[in-house]
Amino acid sequence: MPPRATFPSLCILAGLGLAGSPASLAGDEIRFNRDVLPIFAEHCYTCHGPDKAGRKANLQLDRREEALAERKSGGHAILPGEAGESLLMQRIGSGDPDEVMPPPESGQQLTADQIETLRRWIDAGADYEPHWSFVPPDPVAPPKIAGAAHPVDRFVLARLEEEGIAPSPEAPRATLIRRVTLDLTGLPPTREEVDAFLEDTRPKAYDHLVDRLLASPHFGEKWARWWLDLAHYGDSDGIRLDNARPDAWRFREWVVDALNDDLPFDQFTIRQLAGDLLANASVSQRLATGFLRNTVSDRQTGNADPELGRVRQVVNRTSTVGAVWLGLTMECAECHDHKFDPVSQKDFFQLYAFFNGAEEMNINAPLPGEMEKHRPARRVYERKRAELIAPLATRLDEMQAEWEERMLWTERNPGADHAWGRAFELLVTSWGRGRGEGQFEGLMIIKTPPGQRSAQQKERLQDYFLKNGRVVAPEAFAKLKIVDLSKELETLAREVPPLSRAQAMTQLPEPPVTRIHLRGDFRRPGETVTPGTPAVLPPLKTETSATPTRLDLAKWLVSPNHPLTARVTVNRLWQELFGSGLVPTSDNLGTRGATPTHPDLLDWLATQFPERGWSLKEVLRVMVTSDTYRQSSDDRSALSSDGRTQQDPGNALLARQAKLRLSAEGVRDNALAVGGLLNPTVGGPSVRPPQPESVTRENTRNPWKADEGEARYRRGLYTFIQRLTPFVQFANFDLPGSTTACSRRERSNTPLQALNLLNDPAFVEAAHGLASRVCREVEADESARLEHAFVLALARRPSPEEAERLGRHLREQTALFETAPEAADTLAPDPFPDTSAAASAAWVTLASVLMNLHEFIHRE
Amino acid sequence: MSRREFLARQAGGIGGIALAQLLGSAGTASADGNPASSLLSRSPHHPPRAKNVIFLFMAGGPSHLDLLDPKPQMRQWDGKPAPEGMVDPTIMAGSVMASPRVFTRRGRSGVEFSDLLPHTGALADDLCVIRSLHTDSGNHDPAQLLFNCGTQLFGHPSLGSWVNYGLGSPSEDMPGYVVLNSGKDVEARSALAGNGFLPSTYRGVTVRTADDPILFLKNPPGIGEAAQRARLDTLRDLNRLHLESTGDQEIVSRIEAYEMAFRMQAAAPDLLDLSGESAATRAGYGLDQEDTRAFGTNCLLARRLVESGVRFVQLFHSTWDDHKKLDQNLKRNCLMTDQPAAALVRDLKQRGLLDDTLVIWAGEFGRTPMAEDHFDVGRPVKPGEEGRDHHPFAFSIWMAGGGVKGGHVHGRTDDFGYHVVEDGVHIHDLHATILHLVGLHHEQLTHRHAGRDFRLTDVAGRVVRGILA
Repeated sequence: MPPRATFPSLCILAGLGLAGSPASLAGDEIRFNRDVLPIFAEHCYTCHGPDKAGRKANLQLDRREEALAERKSGGHAILPGEAGESLLMQRIGSGDPDEVMPPPESGQQLTADQIETLRRWIDAGADYEPHWSFVPPDPVAPPKIAGAAHPVDRFVLARLEEEGIAPSPEAPRATLIRRVTLDLTGLPPTREEVDAFLEDTRPKAYDHLVDRLLASPHFGEKWARWWLDLAHYGDSDGIRLDNARPDAWRFREWVVDALNDDLPFDQFTIRQLAGDLLANASVSQRLATGFLRNTVSDRQTGNADPELGRVRQVVNRTSTVGAVWLGLTMECAECHDHKFDPVSQKDFFQLYAFFNGAEEMNINAPLPGEMEKHRPARRVYERKRAELIAPLATRLDEMQAEWEERMLWTERNPGADHAWGRAFELLVTSWGRGRGEGQFEGLMIIKTPPGQRSAQQKERLQDYFLKNGRVVAPEAFAKLKIVDLSKELETLAREVPPLSRAQAMTQLPEPPVTRIHLRGDFRRPGETVTPGTPAVLPPLKTETSATPTRLDLAKWLVSPNHPLTARVTVNRLWQELFGSGLVPTSDNLGTRGATPTHPDLLDWLATQFPERGWSLKEVLRVMVTSDTYRQSSDDRSALSSDGRTQQDPGNALLARQAKLRLSAEGVRDNALAVGGLLNPTVGGPSVRPPQPESVTRENTRNPWKADEGEARYRRGLYTFIQRLTPFVQFANFDLPGSTTACSRRERSNTPLQALNLLNDPAFVEAAHGLASRVCREVEADESARLEHAFVLALARRPSPEEAERLGRHLREQTALFETAPEAADTLAPDPFPDTSAAASAAWVTLASVLMNLHEFIHRE
Repeated sequence: MSRREFLARQAGGIGGIALAQLLGSAGTASADGNPASSLLSRSPHHPPRAKNVIFLFMAGGPSHLDLLDPKPQMRQWDGKPAPEGMVDPTIMAGSVMASPRVFTRRGRSGVEFSDLLPHTGALADDLCVIRSLHTDSGNHDPAQLLFNCGTQLFGHPSLGSWVNYGLGSPSEDMPGYVVLNSGKDVEARSALAGNGFLPSTYRGVTVRTADDPILFLKNPPGIGEAAQRARLDTLRDLNRLHLESTGDQEIVSRIEAYEMAFRMQAAAPDLLDLSGESAATRAGYGLDQEDTRAFGTNCLLARRLVESGVRFVQLFHSTWDDHKKLDQNLKRNCLMTDQPAAALVRDLKQRGLLDDTLVIWAGEFGRTPMAEDHFDVGRPVKPGEEGRDHHPFAFSIWMAGGGVKGGHVHGRTDDFGYHVVEDGVHIHDLHATILHLVGLHHEQLTHRHAGRDFRLTDVAGRVVRGILA
């Protein structure tokens, strides 16, 4: 069967008696959300749902009063208690192809079970329920289960007991320490850490381990990558030119620090969305808004449409916030009312309005020691600059004023004047290009009345004008030698030790009016809207002004009665630790998303999160200390209650842990760590590890100049993300695109991954590193060395069969390399201690085998 | 040993579930409702007209007015401002520039081709020329993304990814989607042939320079053939032991991926070695001439790849972005590509492969009927060195084989080639048609991602019935 219009995952669980299974089979009462809504959402809402424009026959099934209303033709689509009299039942059961609903050409026909479900629901009174995720979670007490103390386990075991399935035993301790270490820090445990844990017989040994890992500075690195996927972080502009953003890393650094400090998630949210609006905002708070700077920038010239580029950025910010905090597919509502969720186009543009008035602006964010060197030199610069400009000042100010006026005129009259059109295009594409500055910052300064411009803004605009303003008066520019002046100022500026900068957002003094874009086209403005939140969610309270601000929005997202933020977030944390969320569609908690497998557990976690001070570390601690987390991940797909049916192949019931392939960065970090090559420095600018020359040449405008020395061995988190041509090993291992929020990475399994791990010089180097340290750290005893290598790679000891097979490899390969001394010399130029040249080479190939194992690139 | 046999053997020692899961995976769905990411071939939605696709993407925007869409009426407007009301104010351009090229009717069908395409024109009766393509953006990146990925935004799967996702790959030793580059200015290609949110299994694999054709294809220095096989044998045995102790079925796929990698190492160099092709074939593709060698090599490789079972081959040639010196640059690009592209179609036909192979020649948009005579601020272009600007509202492409009509012209533009006046074909329509030809229904080929179902054709697209043979 080819991939068809896919069905919600709840269908897969049908027959298991899980949430979402047809009640007609289970014999329960019919519940709207569980039984009816999935049918409506999948089969009916496209034409009879919330979207006004797409609605057919003026029938709306998502609201009870509409669905029950008398039809113009007489009769009722739904008549509670009277399925037989309900027009809906007559149409879905009709044998006439012109009558039957959904229409045959839609390919959306209902099954007999689904029709029966609707019949029973109408007969029982056709009660509606609000969608579960739009109702705030109630505090739920974990059920009492004999022998289970941990709340998470009590929820999970209650469900398993219903199905008559026993949970899996606890994973072996070696598996456990590797699992929890990789999950919390993204790095494998060291040999010493493994041995210490295996020997630690204290009852709380595991809890101590978790304490240590949560306090590790590598915790922030691992979980920063989780957050950066959502923020869709990148180190370049994207789009064709793809210029570097050399200061982007400051936001990454902020995330690592915030996570290591366990900055409460409410503050974490507020600073990223509105740190610039906090009273007396610090540099750190302002650069947190770098979250909103991860949109791509179109800096191409040639028919550039700057407003289109700006609108795409605002749309992206809106959709990102919708995806990251609300877990909703807001972007559908950019062009039309949402087909399935109660999010109207107006809702979308009300949310958009919060970001429409926010503009990109880089700020000075000096690193320690910079300010002291900068300040005195800067004073000298300012004095010299004033002297240089003084003779021409009046004339320059006049010309610049005219230039600014013509720029604004050109923006309002595109295409009216060719030369000015090009000059304007240059302003909005080249401003701060290659430095990651906001591309519309120059235009924003022009729009700021001169009296309100900061000294820095004035200087930056004047610099730009002197360099690029020739169009206003070509003759005068030549006569006054303004190009020379501009160059002189540049030379002068280079003498000032610079202050590091960071990407941030600022609020425009006069935000543009937001109007709905008809059919998503900004050139077709519709109704005017003001900032606001979706009507279906709790109301927004403003603290300060009449018009709500980004700060109000951020506070609303983390307000105590918000139904989505906490659920969405704990669900994603769960997904990271178990492979799948309690709501398997972690990117969609709306009506088309999956039903939670454990709704009470989800709500318990969602209420615990704010109760525990919005601490991410505490929520993670709760999860990883559960027996559910500590179970074996070995396969139980043959689980069967009746000896025939395969039960729960997708592990929705959590009767085991999951085996998860490491992330793109995780594959690299693990190999570097096991190979003893890892540079463990936390923080700092992005680096470019070596990759094949044919790749480095690919992005002709931004060639990949590989770093040397220790920078080559930094964690994958720090690898420069060149959006157009990402680091090739990462691309092979499912690095997500960095243009929209990614809530869940793919985990593919391909021949190119095999070639990558087998033949990439970086992984051969790591294998050499592993072989070398094994032979250095252990005396020349084959089985002792083998065991050491195995524990370093996988944290566990080899089985006798595994040890035997590896021993054979070593002996055979040693013999092979004895006949090929040059090859041996290439693989291991300096033989390892007490090891022949041939055996050294054989050890490198053995280490490489270990580092290609399926188990090596998985956490089990 | 076929792949199925191979898998059966792999699975034999493990018990039936592994095999059943693997072979059945095309029809099963994973927890997020998507089909499992198997490399195996899958059956189409309906009987296909084409099994393979060769997509010759002429990046930069070739001028339809000088190649495929003759406009003799423009002569009388040459050098004059464009007619009132025709020009969109967002497009900045100067006065009308009639094409200096000569168009002639070719073949029995009498389809007109520019004198810059003598070889392509000779195949007039095999080609279907669409003169009414239109797109949504006049900027390279969004337009190239739309043409290759069905959306102006980054991060979406390309046409080749979708086709492989829908049909799987019958090739036993090569990936199902191969990309070949020629010309200058090659950035952005990886995004245009990307897997987007589909598993990386479906990513276009770039075959690069002769010495490093596929990344990491060559054994590392010091590892010979025997040592490589030994690594793989030990690896397979250890993976199997772990499979037995854990029951983790994903290990079966991992073993298969490594074996396919090994087969690729052996097969790819042979496949890419053109020395076995006859002198006549090599000359036909222009391998014996400097100008045609790069694109000709890629065209010949495309045929060999398709022969070996590769589902989708994409060639990029750039750049056709002729803002200035249009005529000189077009001559140069046509010199490089006309003969090889025609040789490809002819060769496929002679070998009986054209019926099963759809060939598409297209760029992301066309070019303006007005000359671009001010490239930079205040610096007029020298007479005779004018170019044309980007033009999204109407442009031309050609297709051949795989179920499309030969000797056929579809659609018509106005006297300036500015707007479509008959049978407009949007990119979404073209995509719907290409998918239709390979046996896929564009509304049913979906993938659930970010909480919703995505399609190549977004919410649009109609199959262009008029070009179906």
